[in-house]
Amino acid sequence: MIKEYIENWSGEVNTLVIGATPEEGGSRRFSVKIGGERTLPFLFKEALLPFKPVIAYEIWDIEPIDWATALSKYYGDVWGNTLEWADKLIREYKAELLCLKLAGAHPEIGKDLDEIVKLLEGLLKKVDIPLIIIGCGDVQRDNFILPLCSQILKNERCLIGEVNQDNYKTLTAAVLADGHSIIAQSPIDINIAKQLNILISDMGLPLERIVINPTVGALGYGLEYTYSIMERLRLAALNNDRVVASPFICFVGQESWRVKEATTPEKEFSRWGSEWRRGYLWELITAGALLQAGANILVMRHPKAIEKIKEYIDKLYEFKIN
Amino acid sequence: MALSGLEIYKLLPKTNCRECGFSTCLAFAMQLAKKAVALDKCPFLTEESKKILEELNLPAIKLITIGKNDQRVQIGNENVLFRHEERFYNPPGIGIIINDDLAQTEVLNIIRKIKDLEFERIGQRLKIELLAIRNRSSEENFLKTIDLVVHNTSFALVLMCEEPRRVKKVLELYKDLRPLIYRITPDNFLQFSQLLKGDNVPVVVWSEDLEGISYLTQQLNRNQINELVLEVSNKSPAFALWQLTQIRRLSLKKKERSLGYPVLVLIENQDKDLSLLFTVSYIAKYAGIILLDTFSPEDIFGILTLRQNIYTDPQKPLQIEPKLYSIGSVNTYSPVLVTTNFSLTYYTVLGEVEASRVPSYILSVNTEGMSVLTAWAAEKFTPESIIEAIEKSELKKFVNHNRIIIPGYVAMMSGDLQEKSGWQVIVGPREAAGIPRFLRDL
Ligand code: SF4
Repeated sequence: MIKEYIENWSGEVNTLVIGATPEEGGSRRFSVKIGGERTLPFLFKEALLPFKPVIAYEIWDIEPIDWATALSKYYGDVWGNTLEWADKLIREYKAELLCLKLAGAHPEIGKDLDEIVKLLEGLLKKVDIPLIIIGCGDVQRDNFILPLCSQILKNERCLIGEVNQDNYKTLTAAVLADGHSIIAQSPIDINIAKQLNILISDMGLPLERIVINPTVGALGYGLEYTYSIMERLRLAALNNDRVVASPFICFVGQESWRVKEATTPEKEFSRWGSEWRRGYLWELITAGALLQAGANILVMRHPKAIEKIKEYIDKLYEFKIN
Repeated sequence: MALSGLEIYKLLPKTNCRECGFSTCLAFAMQLAKKAVALDKCPFLTEESKKILEELNLPAIKLITIGKNDQRVQIGNENVLFRHEERFYNPPGIGIIINDDLAQTEVLNIIRKIKDLEFERIGQRLKIELLAIRNRSSEENFLKTIDLVVHNTSFALVLMCEEPRRVKKVLELYKDLRPLIYRITPDNFLQFSQLLKGDNVPVVVWSEDLEGISYLTQQLNRNQINELVLEVSNKSPAFALWQLTQIRRLSLKKKERSLGYPVLVLIENQDKDLSLLFTVSYIAKYAGIILLDTFSPEDIFGILTLRQNIYTDPQKPLQIEPKLYSIGSVNTYSPVLVTTNFSLTYYTVLGEVEASRVPSYILSVNTEGMSVLTAWAAEKFTPESIIEAIEKSELKKFVNHNRIIIPGYVAMMSGDLQEKSGWQVIVGPREAAGIPRFLRDL
C-alpha cells in the first residue's frame, strides 16, 4: 500500500486585502485578497490554498522610458496619459489590480508635486479597482511624496512601497495612519527580509499588513536566487515563523523586459528566434517559475503574458479534491 | 537511512587485514559512510553484510542512463526536495517528439531545425538531449523513421510504442543505443515483462495512480527489469504536481523503493503557451524527463535557460577569476570596462561587449562574487579595490591611454576613483544592455 506523504504544516501565510469597498469606507468596486496559504504552491490535496495569486498591471505616471516596442504595440496609444492608460487596462484587458509607479517623481525627471497630486485624485475618481502605488526609487523624493499619496488615498486600503532596511520609518508611519499596507523590499536576503518585518511591526504596523518584495532576478539573471529565497521564506512561514509569514510581490515585468534576451532583434541572434515571442515568453516564464516558489502578486507588463498566466493559474485551480 | 561509520563497522570482518587499502576496518567504514569509497574494495564481506550495505548505498532515486557515450542522458539520483537544502543534480532531459507518419522530407526538416536549438549562456552550452519517435502508423514506418533519425542525429532516443512485439523487433536493431522505451501500462505489462527480460534497457512505466505504478515496478523488478522511469500524466497539471511531489517525498523520506525512479511528463496537444508554463512548473518540481511537441527556438531557449537556473549549485557563489580579460582583437587603444567578478554580471557585460563588436578589455574586480550594487553597498567595489585590480593586472602594460569605464550604477565613486587612481574615469551605462551603443559612440 502506498500511503501519501502529507506534511502537517503548523503555520500559514498572512491573508492581506487590497482595496476597500464603500461599505468598508473606501470607493473600490471590489477588493482583492491574497495569502492564506497553508501549504506549498498548488498542493491542493495537502491543505487549503484559499486565494489565487493575482496579477497587477504596471503603469507609470509618465510616458515610460525604455519600454520595449513589444509593449508599446499594446499601450503606445495611451501611455502618454496615465488615466487613459488605466482605463484601457480595465475596459479592454479586464485588469483587476493596478500598480502605479511614480517614475516621474524622480529628481532626474522632476515632475511637479502638484501634477502628481492631481493625477492621484483623478485616478481615484476614474478608476474603481484596487491600487498599488510605488515610488520612484529616490529615497528623499519617495519619503516626501509617498506619505502624501498615502494621505490622498486614505481608507482605500492600498498597497504602498517600497521601504527597505535603511529607510522605512516615514512611509510606515504614513501607511499606518491611513489604513494601507506596505511593501518591504530586501535584496535577495532572508535575514534582511526578516529584520525589516520586525522593524516595521515594531512601529505598530501589524505584520498582517506587510508584503515582502524579495527582489526578482529575471530568467537567466539570478532567477534561481529569488526562487530559493522565496522557498525558504515560505517554508519558514509554514513552519509557523510568524515574522516572515508575509505574501510576496514580484516585479516580474520590470526585471524581465530589461534583459537582452527579451528584446534583441532576431537579426542579431537568429538562433534565438523572433524577439516578439521571446520577450513575451521571458516575462511569462519568469512569472511561471516564481509562482512555483510562492508568489502572491505578480506585477507584469505584457497584456498577453498576463492573460496567459491568469489562464494557467485558473487551470491549476480547477483542481478538485477527490 | 544512512548508517553511521560505527554501524557499518559492525558489519565488516574486523580483521584489519588492509586489503582495502585502509589500515583498519574502522577507517574503511568511516569512508564508506561518507560514500567516498566503493564497497567491493573489501573482498572479505559476508554475503549478508554485503546485501545490507548495498541496499543502504543505493540512491533513493535510481540513476537512469539513456543513450550512449557523449550523448547519454543521466537522470535521477536526487537527494532533496528543495534546491537550497543541497542542490538538484541531474537536469531533466528535454526531448522533442517526432511522429512516424510524417513524410521523410518533413522528418529531415524537423531534424534540421532541432539541430539548431543550441544556445550559449554564462559559459555553458544549452541544448536538448532527446528525440522521441512515436509510432502512429505501421511498423515499417516506425523502423524507417528511427533509421532516419539514427543516421542523421546523435541524440539519445525515446521510442514510443506500446506494442510489445513491435518494440522487441526495434530493440533487436537498436538495443546498443540504449533507447528509452515508452511505455509499459497495466494493459501490456505482462507481455512486456516477458519480452524485455534481460534486455536491460530503460523503460517508462505508467499507471493512473501511485498505487498502480508501485505495483507495476515491483512486478517488473521480479523479472529483472530495473531500469525504470515513471510517467505522470499532464492531464490535470495540479494533479501532476501533486504526484511528482509525492514520488519525490516518498522516495526520499520514506525510502519507498517502488517509486524511487526519475519521472517523465509528456506535454502535448495543448495551447502552446500553456504547455510552456506546465513545462516550467515540472522543471521546478521534480521532473526527470519532459517530452514536448514543440521545437520553436524561443520556447526551447526559455526552457533551457530555466533549467540551467534551477539546476545551478546554490552553495557555490558564482564567481569568475578576477583579472583582465581581452575580448576580440584588442590593441593598446581598446577601451577598458570595469566590472565585478560575479559571474552573472561578468557574462552579461561580456555578452554585450561581444555584441558591440568593439574589441575591448574587461577588468573584473574581486568583489567576492557580489554584483555591482551589492558589492558597492558592502564596500567590495570601491576605488581601492578597483585600483588594486588595475595594478595587479598591470593594465598599464596593455593600453597606452588612461581611461577606464565604470558601471553607471556606481557613478558616485567616479570623482574619488579618478583622484586616487590617476586614471580618467568615464561613467558607462547603468544597464549592460546600453553597452553596445555606448562603445560604438565612444
Ligand atoms: S579489507 Fe575488509 S577486512 Fe580487510 S581491513 Fe579492509 S575492511 Fe577490514
